[in-house]
Amino acid sequence: MATVTASAPRALPAVLKNRVIAKLALLALAAAILVPLANARWASGSWPEALTVDLTQPLTGASDWIIDNRDSHPLFLYFFGHISNAVVLSVRAVYLALLTIGWAGVTALGAFVAWRVAGVRLALGTAAAFLACGLLGMWVPTMQTLALMVVAVLASVVVGALLGLAAGLSDRMDRVLRPVLDTMQVLPAFAYLLPVVLVFGIGVPAAVLATVVYAAPPMARLTALGLRGADKGVLEAVESLGATARQRLLTARIPLARKELLLGLNQTIMMALSMAVIASVIGAGGLGDRVYQALASVDVGAALAAGIPIVLLAVVLDRVTAAAGAGTGQRPRAGWPYALAAAVAVAVAGRLLGRADWPDTWTVNIAEPVNRAVDWMTAHLYSGVPVVGGTADWAGHFTTWVLDPLRDGLQWLPWWSVLLIVAALAWLIGTWRTALTAVLAMAAIGVLGVWEPSLDTLSQVLAAVAVTLVLGFATGIAAARSERFERALRPVLDVFQTMPQFVYLIPVVALFGVGRAPAVAAAVVYALPAVVRITAQGLRQVDPAALESARSLGATSGQQLRQVQLPLARRSLLLAVNQGVVLVLAVVIIGGLVGGGALGYDVVFGLAQGDLATGLVAGAAIVCLGLMLDRVTQPTERRAKKGA
Amino acid sequence: MRTRTSVLAAVALLAVTTGCGAADMTKQASPFANAQGSKSVTLSVQSWVGAQANVAVAQYLLEHELGYRVDTVQIDEVPAWDALSQGRVDALLEDWGHPEEEQRYVKDKKTIVNGGDLGVTGHIGWFVPTYFAEQHPDVTDWKNLNKYADQFRTPESGGKGQLMDGSPSYVTNDKALVQNLDLNYQVVFAGSEAAQITQIKQFAKEKKPFLTYWYSPQWLFKKVPMTEVKLPAYKEGCDADPAKVACAYPHTPLQKYLNADFAKSGGEAAAFLRKFKWTTEDQNEVSLMIAEQKLTPQEAAKKWVDSHESTWKQWLS
Repeated sequence: MATVTASAPRALPAVLKNRVIAKLALLALAAAILVPLANARWASGSWPEALTVDLTQPLTGASDWIIDNRDSHPLFLYFFGHISNAVVLSVRAVYLALLTIGWAGVTALGAFVAWRVAGVRLALGTAAAFLACGLLGMWVPTMQTLALMVVAVLASVVVGALLGLAAGLSDRMDRVLRPVLDTMQVLPAFAYLLPVVLVFGIGVPAAVLATVVYAAPPMARLTALGLRGADKGVLEAVESLGATARQRLLTARIPLARKELLLGLNQTIMMALSMAVIASVIGAGGLGDRVYQALASVDVGAALAAGIPIVLLAVVLDRVTAAAGAGTGQRPRAGWPYALAAAVAVAVAGRLLGRADWPDTWTVNIAEPVNRAVDWMTAHLYSGVPVVGGTADWAGHFTTWVLDPLRDGLQWLPWWSVLLIVAALAWLIGTWRTALTAVLAMAAIGVLGVWEPSLDTLSQVLAAVAVTLVLGFATGIAAARSERFERALRPVLDVFQTMPQFVYLIPVVALFGVGRAPAVAAAVVYALPAVVRITAQGLRQVDPAALESARSLGATSGQQLRQVQLPLARRSLLLAVNQGVVLVLAVVIIGGLVGGGALGYDVVFGLAQGDLATGLVAGAAIVCLGLMLDRVTQPTERRAKKGA
Repeated sequence: MRTRTSVLAAVALLAVTTGCGAADMTKQASPFANAQGSKSVTLSVQSWVGAQANVAVAQYLLEHELGYRVDTVQIDEVPAWDALSQGRVDALLEDWGHPEEEQRYVKDKKTIVNGGDLGVTGHIGWFVPTYFAEQHPDVTDWKNLNKYADQFRTPESGGKGQLMDGSPSYVTNDKALVQNLDLNYQVVFAGSEAAQITQIKQFAKEKKPFLTYWYSPQWLFKKVPMTEVKLPAYKEGCDADPAKVACAYPHTPLQKYLNADFAKSGGEAAAFLRKFKWTTEDQNEVSLMIAEQKLTPQEAAKKWVDSHESTWKQWLS
């Protein structure tokens, strides 16, 4: 007690400390009452059987009903059927248009649009990217993917903008929509592929709709953010001119939100492209299908040849839309007609000169050298490297010394103590509301009857996040300190982030064997770029004056980093942790494909066996895990700011 | 006013383009299909190479001998049945036995018809690498498996031996078998055939012992010779209750299935697919070209077709 009075001048930390103690004391009190009660009734380490709900019956019933009625029920004939037809018709129209323009026309059109929007350098990059797709022998699949993307992105933008408009204009809608958008993003696509396939059948309509579910949320969020962030002064001025509500919206709020809208478009495109491969699992065709088919014959080279066009499309679309958002390269409008005319001229010339199809002889076969490189790598690194051992040994040690104790420890903990730990962590970092959400999410996992596999998945996620953060922070610090290193790193991060995860499914198994270790490796590769970027950016943005003064006091470079930069960049680092967790969780499914087991495997199993009960329940458990982890790692300040 | 007109126009456009009234979802093909305006067939391809080989040869002959345009859709078996009943794909060339789906679609709904034998007999079993079986001949009987559990151990299998299973889409009773035969083994699911093959190749490179779920016909046997472990003999109906299975997997004559409408009005293509029938050796020949020599399925099919004219001529007559 004496210490508390002694530190009276520094009242704030003391109060803070007191609040932490008070929260913990309150939790301990609640636990002291509830735990003996719970323990007396359901004394078991794992989630008690009595508190679970079995959804197998209703879900299987629902899936049977759909199969029996989808050819005759009015709901399908007059609603889903028309949606499906509209999607097929529009994708077909875009695809036929792209084929008609021919490869020369498409390349020219892309280059000219990029030129008008983003300048000469990106125009050249765009043209080179399209030509590379052709050279890799992927012209037709690229056009199929492009057609699918055009329709899916348009639909996502429309849906997202409408939702965002509602959330931006009404606080109540905002509150209602936020958890919906969260769920849309965290629910692993594999889990809802199955219901979508049941309703729409395999193929393009199902793929487009699954993509829209995944890609619309960022558009909705950023639209709402843009509308809410509009400058109050301008709005008042417009109002004083006597504008009606709709005029205010159309002439002031939407134009003011232009930047956010374009960023939303950018994000939507990236999300849609990342679905291109997953959608191939339900027969969407295009590049994703080529990646997936190459895997059947364990052909990394062929998978890469189809993966590179996806990366190229993603990078080009990202840079062009980002430039549009930033407003660089803006030229007077008069340039557009000339650019379009030139593109049309090239297209017509291409058709007149020869064929619209990409010439068969102009292709480069990269599959063979790539396969040889992969073979060499796995043959030499897998085992028997002197002193350090091979990758297989590392994977074995990692499994035995990290993953096993973590999993067994989590599964050994009594179920109520897991809830208590979650509550304590979430409450310390946030409010009692976040704590309640986190606990309810965790409890829902138990109620769904997948407690054990969920803790298995959780242990893999925690291990992967730890590795990601160690590597990510180290790389991020290095990138923040050296401009040159960051420039060199950028394309590598781009590739990591956009390369379809299916492509490195075989290399991770070849290096780490089948099991949970390759699943962790795949997750780390996927989540690393975001953590590195956020860390580097956060460190860069630290107030230069603070750094300068530290330097003038004679702080060494290490001291500057530890005592000034890292504390000041705390918020960015926390965001990096949060993003790391969310992204790692997104790769759980890929983990299921390389032997990670647990929830990821159940989701894949559900889709492969048409078993709605297994797949959907596991998917829901992943959502709950995501929600819990998000709340436990997300400080309250950020949430408060987001809503403002 | 203007917005209302445009909304009306949009609705009208939608109605005109999609047709008013009921939309028949069973009549939708892929938007990429048939882009050149010729008669076309859509075949489903499953994830294993044998299935790719069937489709590659059928596709080559349909395109070069009968003048069809062929589209292929990569899809797992169970969703493929679904797609077949809806007419999204016209044929499934290699089915390993799905009694529930047969009951539902072939017998009850009559939207799918049996297209006859593929000519290949499939068999699932447990396998150890031949180099290991030669050193330890008694490993090939399930009764001795517990003796070797230690040697089959991996970090993933805990203290037990590892029995590696593959893709979630495959038929398996392995968990029940391990339990009911009292084996000191842990079933580890590789999660995909690609992962399983990669792991088997890595084991083989180091001449390590392993025990795996595997199936024939399969091209990998040519690269990594494997010997089957004898399980208690299969008897009709011994696998009826999934929880109580304690016997080996059956030998299954693989079947072809066709969409019912396609079977009736598919003309030459449907007749050809019904007659398509080849041997295990034929299939393996094409599979090996695809998987090991890394030929594209088209190239592999062409090679096989060029050298086996007498076989495929019968399918066209």
